[in-house]
Amino acid sequence: MIREPVLNALILAALLLVPLGALAMDEPFLITLATKVAIFALAGVGLNIALGLGGMVSFGHAAFFGLGGYATGVLASHALNYDPLMTEPFQIEGTTQMLVHWPVALLLSGLAALAIGALSLRTSGIFFIMITLAFAQMIFYFAISWPAYGGEDGLSIYVRSEFPGLNTLDPIQFFAIAFALLALALGFSSLIARSRFGLALQGARQNEARLRATGIGPYRIRLVAFVISGMITGLAGALFADLNRFVSPAMLSWQTSGEIIVFVILGGVGRLFGPVAGAGLYILLEHNLGGLTEYWKLPFGFLLLAVVLFARGGLIGLLAGEKRDG
Amino acid sequence: MAEPVLSIRGLRKSFGALTATDDVTLELRRGEIHALIGPNGAGKSTLIKQIVGELRQDAGEIRLRGEEISALPAEARARKGLARSFQVSSLASEYTVLQNVVLAVTGAQGRAFGFLRPALSDPSLTGPARRALARVGLGAREGVRAADLSHGERRSLEVAMALALEPAAFLLDEPMAGMGPEGSARLTELLSGLRSEAPILLVEHDMDAVFALADRITVLVYGAVIATGSVAEIRAHPEVRRAYLGEEE
Repeated sequence: MIREPVLNALILAALLLVPLGALAMDEPFLITLATKVAIFALAGVGLNIALGLGGMVSFGHAAFFGLGGYATGVLASHALNYDPLMTEPFQIEGTTQMLVHWPVALLLSGLAALAIGALSLRTSGIFFIMITLAFAQMIFYFAISWPAYGGEDGLSIYVRSEFPGLNTLDPIQFFAIAFALLALALGFSSLIARSRFGLALQGARQNEARLRATGIGPYRIRLVAFVISGMITGLAGALFADLNRFVSPAMLSWQTSGEIIVFVILGGVGRLFGPVAGAGLYILLEHNLGGLTEYWKLPFGFLLLAVVLFARGGLIGLLAGEKRDG
Repeated sequence: MAEPVLSIRGLRKSFGALTATDDVTLELRRGEIHALIGPNGAGKSTLIKQIVGELRQDAGEIRLRGEEISALPAEARARKGLARSFQVSSLASEYTVLQNVVLAVTGAQGRAFGFLRPALSDPSLTGPARRALARVGLGAREGVRAADLSHGERRSLEVAMALALEPAAFLLDEPMAGMGPEGSARLTELLSGLRSEAPILLVEHDMDAVFALADRITVLVYGAVIATGSVAEIRAHPEVRRAYLGEEE
């Protein structure tokens, strides 16, 4: 068994060293894969706050991922077409600046999470899962049927968005951005988990009646957590759009929600670095098994089954043992 | 006479044809331990659930320090100063003993929305939590997970969490249930001293503890109050002896 902080440091180091090694060996594709891991991990870090800390099994996090993606896509496409976003009552131009895309993505996914959470959190268990799924599907079909931004075909971003002082078209520099945001989100997530708020949130998961008896209403706690969770996943979506230079309704699909859940479960629900380990393993398997056979999801399914049945703590639990608090 | 801390008037609750609470009127006065006794199925738990806000009464009112609270959700009643312990230990079982009590202090302070500072390194949380643990004799066990505690320790932790709320009134639902004689004696002593801080409505099956602790006793049978009075009055009450104590002298 490795102590969890040591394991976390190792995982972070691996995620940093792989693209650096790839840079040295001139393997840009590996850098892109590592960037994908960082972005998926970021989406998972978001979900893990709701699912891991709060016990809220959201099957609709693709909504936030996709909204973040469309925030980037829509703003960038307006800027690249020299077409203002709106002219009445005042003119808003598109922009290719990530530093504008991100706050917009955070705001948009936060507002969506507030609305979806406010309604979904009145239910629990299977109903919560189904309602979050239903909301995400609504947004998915809306994106498909709205022709202004490509509808079903999606929306291309011809040039990757810009970040002051960096050349985002250089894979390693774009990786650095994704990695830095992931590290920030992990730091924030770790603070939250140990804070008063995190204590109450995890208390709500363990024993709702007890939380009420101490004078804390679980609803507001969960709602705030759900919003934070959605915002972080939304930020990941904004980066994902820039990675692919393409946004499409697929980002909003229920398969995407499922994948984000898989990252968390594979790595370890409620473990700080669970989503990082999970996303890393997922991409690794997709790349290697996917190279062997188109049907790689079949053996992958068995692996997931094995994790759920025999290794509840996921990869982190397998390597670092049971979760220790405080 | 001073206003009672907790006052229940004309409380009624039915489940279909079953009347679980039948026009119950009860007062919890400053400085007293008021025991609520009655045979199994008398509606003690149903009554407690209505007071803490887990169940909504059909009729009647519940006042805490003069304020009507029966429309408030459970967490709002707790914030108003109603501390309860659960009949079956109800803890955050993955948390350590200290984390459980820190959670209660967080609730008592009404400030659960702190995001950055670690709760366990905040002395305004751990200080009161450790004092509460010391009072119930769990000071040395603060790092143990609640799930790994013995039954008696879990009961004590329940009481510590109620203490940490610094409430206006305690509602303790069988705090001694399943405790060993030593733990029972220790808790009896603690509760006895506690009444000067806040009055206690005590549901308890252990008659020795009830007679040792209670200033007044209310007897509930089939959801209705059949007697309220001092320990001596209740002991002598013929109906109580027949219905509850089961003596046939």
